[in-house]
Amino acid sequence: MAQSSLLGAAMRLPMFRSKGRHKKSLFIPGLALLVLALTVIFAIAAPWLATHDPMAMTPSARLKPANDAYLLGSDAYGRDLYSRVLYGARISLFIGLGATVISVGIGLAIGLVSGFFRVLDAIVMRIMDALMAIPSLLLAIAVVSLTGASVWTVMFAITVPEIPRVVRLVRSVVLTAREEPYVEAAIAAGSSLPKILWRHLMPNTLAPLIVQGTYVCASAILTEAILSFLGAGVSTETPTWGNIMAEGRAYFQIAPQLIFWPGLALSLCILSINLLGDTARDLLDPRMKKREAAK
Amino acid sequence: MTKPSFDPTSAPVLEVKDLVIGLTGDDKSSPVLNGISISIRAGETVCLVGESGSGKSVTSLAAMGLLPRQALEPRSGEILFEGEDLLKADAGRMRALRTKSMAMIFQEPMTALNPVLTVGQQICEVLQEHTKLAASDQKKTVLEMMREVHLPDVERIFGSYPHQLSGGQRQRIMIAMALILKPKLLIADEPTTALDVTTQKQILKLIDEMQEKQGTAVLFITHDMGVVAEIADTVYVMNRGNVVENGPIDAILTEPLRDYTRKLLSSVPSLVPRAPRPHGSSEVVLSITELEKVYGKKGWFGKFEAGTKAATDVSFTLKKGRTLGIVGESGSGKSTVARCVMRLIDPTSGSIRIGGQEIADFSRRAIQPHRQHIQMVFQDPYRSLNPRITVGDSIIEGPMNYGVPKAEAMKRARELLSIVGLPDDAIKRYPHQFSGGQRQRIAIARAVAMNPKVLVADEAVSALDVSVQAQVLDLLADMQEKFGIAILFITHDLRVAAQICDDVIVMQKGRVVEYATGHAVLTNPTHTYTRQLIDAAPGRHWDFANFRPLETNAA
Repeated sequence: MAQSSLLGAAMRLPMFRSKGRHKKSLFIPGLALLVLALTVIFAIAAPWLATHDPMAMTPSARLKPANDAYLLGSDAYGRDLYSRVLYGARISLFIGLGATVISVGIGLAIGLVSGFFRVLDAIVMRIMDALMAIPSLLLAIAVVSLTGASVWTVMFAITVPEIPRVVRLVRSVVLTAREEPYVEAAIAAGSSLPKILWRHLMPNTLAPLIVQGTYVCASAILTEAILSFLGAGVSTETPTWGNIMAEGRAYFQIAPQLIFWPGLALSLCILSINLLGDTARDLLDPRMKKREAAK
Repeated sequence: MTKPSFDPTSAPVLEVKDLVIGLTGDDKSSPVLNGISISIRAGETVCLVGESGSGKSVTSLAAMGLLPRQALEPRSGEILFEGEDLLKADAGRMRALRTKSMAMIFQEPMTALNPVLTVGQQICEVLQEHTKLAASDQKKTVLEMMREVHLPDVERIFGSYPHQLSGGQRQRIMIAMALILKPKLLIADEPTTALDVTTQKQILKLIDEMQEKQGTAVLFITHDMGVVAEIADTVYVMNRGNVVENGPIDAILTEPLRDYTRKLLSSVPSLVPRAPRPHGSSEVVLSITELEKVYGKKGWFGKFEAGTKAATDVSFTLKKGRTLGIVGESGSGKSTVARCVMRLIDPTSGSIRIGGQEIADFSRRAIQPHRQHIQMVFQDPYRSLNPRITVGDSIIEGPMNYGVPKAEAMKRARELLSIVGLPDDAIKRYPHQFSGGQRQRIAIARAVAMNPKVLVADEAVSALDVSVQAQVLDLLADMQEKFGIAILFITHDLRVAAQICDDVIVMQKGRVVEYATGHAVLTNPTHTYTRQLIDAAPGRHWDFANFRPLETNAA
């Protein structure tokens, strides 16, 4: 969290203070967006930016400190740390994004329907309560030991426990929105149920979903790293931030960079996603908007 | 009408001088209050009357030192309370003055009271804060005060929570709390607007009585000219942050000088029913027989446990091109009937026929083809239009559900918008770009776009200012004439009912107590409840539109 206090201190400097008394500064969100954009660019351009094949072992160059050939040094098998961290971003972002899209998609559908039909609601919500009781780490370890480690099993294990959270959110929004007279007006206008759900209720859920989505994404990336670190994630030779750190753990005292660089990448990535989520929440909060408008 | 109970030569209790209030930190914007001056003497009732946005509430908040400072700030002028400038007083001084020397009651007593404390505790708190009474004496004082505001069974109510009391009782508690320290000034901000007419009458009487007893100066804020005629000694008419006109009540009501005041007064619908219309078509478009709605819960094994009877044995018929009013106080079941007719809720038993087609026992799916014949205009135009959808798309949604091609539906929407008096570009705009009255016009256009046989208007003009109300009522009448629509008009306001309804149903506690022509119900009521309702209508002795008292008693 050193980053956040540093950023906080920077924020208090007069040059970053915006002039308007009420306007929130967009400096931190801008920085977060920049970090995230860089991470995405690095992940996409990894094959071109990498100096080595991230899997290639060079027994003669084991545990080298940073030098011209190995920008961040090399690991215990003589693999280039810089290239491995670059490629690690791919897995992290893919799982983060994938888990978010799937859990938000499924959660939105279940939440809309369950918020609108009372009978269904009672049943669906009990199932969701049960799902929420499953710890995602245990589920992941169970799934991985049953089916073997792959990106897809990890994503499945991360997505399932996130769905109930999305369902609860969507349902609560629908419960209040369906009492709105404009929904009754749509019923009176003879609109079909899917149309009412999609046209009149769904848009209400978008703002909170965007915010929830960023948190799902951040937590998915973190969970993936933890699973890799525990050895229950993507197979160990694949470069992921968690895997790199797990392997580097044994050499922590002689080669701390093996933990430091992937760890820094991981925390910066998650921090910036969370900061963007907070900004989205503030911008999309109707109360904030009203305060802005009242000025 | 009250006799002048105050001494016009005495020094004013509260004097507002050239008060200008504007948006905080924005000197260039036009002020919210533009140099208003008001003075109130002991025992005098001053009514601030005006439509929404006229600045009447801002005035009262400024006097109480309760302006939301991050949004509004005084720019110039002074507010003198017994000679002391309140704008210069600090927070501590204002706190001491409030309740001790000046008190305020609000529109909605439920939100003004703390829901987790008993009302007795809340009144005691005022005494603890401002007096050195011993705890036992506090309770005695409070009980006595509660008796003075005519609360029944004061010992029980002392230990009750706000939600256990009725709206009228809560407002009595608020008044007891406000007056227990015998303040010199009472500010009442729309204190009866959320109450039923019969309760309103009692509360107005109570305020008047307390004022006489304590010699309080009362600043009464209201939008209702009827209430003004009942209680005011002096009237200030406000519009857009200015005092348009002020003077003694009789002068304002009989010889208003300004056009705005004249317009305001002549917009008040008369309690005298309009002349009965000749009978038109004999085609029955809506007939309700023995409709019943019981709210209950499904017990175990699907056994139905009967709960509240919201409507019992309601029967009526509505003919093409006619208007039927359902009048009643809150909880009378009038909205329940409307929602059953719309099949937004399912009636427990009884029959609903639209043009001969029975729809009461149709399932949600089976009702679909018949929905187009019956459309609704809702009370709150700010919530009945989806804020994310353009006006045009809102209007064509219904017709397109019934197979009208989009281009054709749009063409019709454009026609309708011009009929309801909105500009051509309205079709592409969003609801928030329109005022309340305009939105209600859009809602009417949307309902009419379906070519319904019946239009259900549930308190459709209650949320609107009185001048806008008149225009929307005219529009409804226009639409009825043009398209031959029958209107089921739900309202709590007898004045509105008197002006637009051919027939009137009076409901009380879920039952129809009277069902006759509008003329008969209003001039010759047979049921005591109807008589009470008419009797409680504020300002019923006054013919506002013609600036004179009514010669014949309406009852």
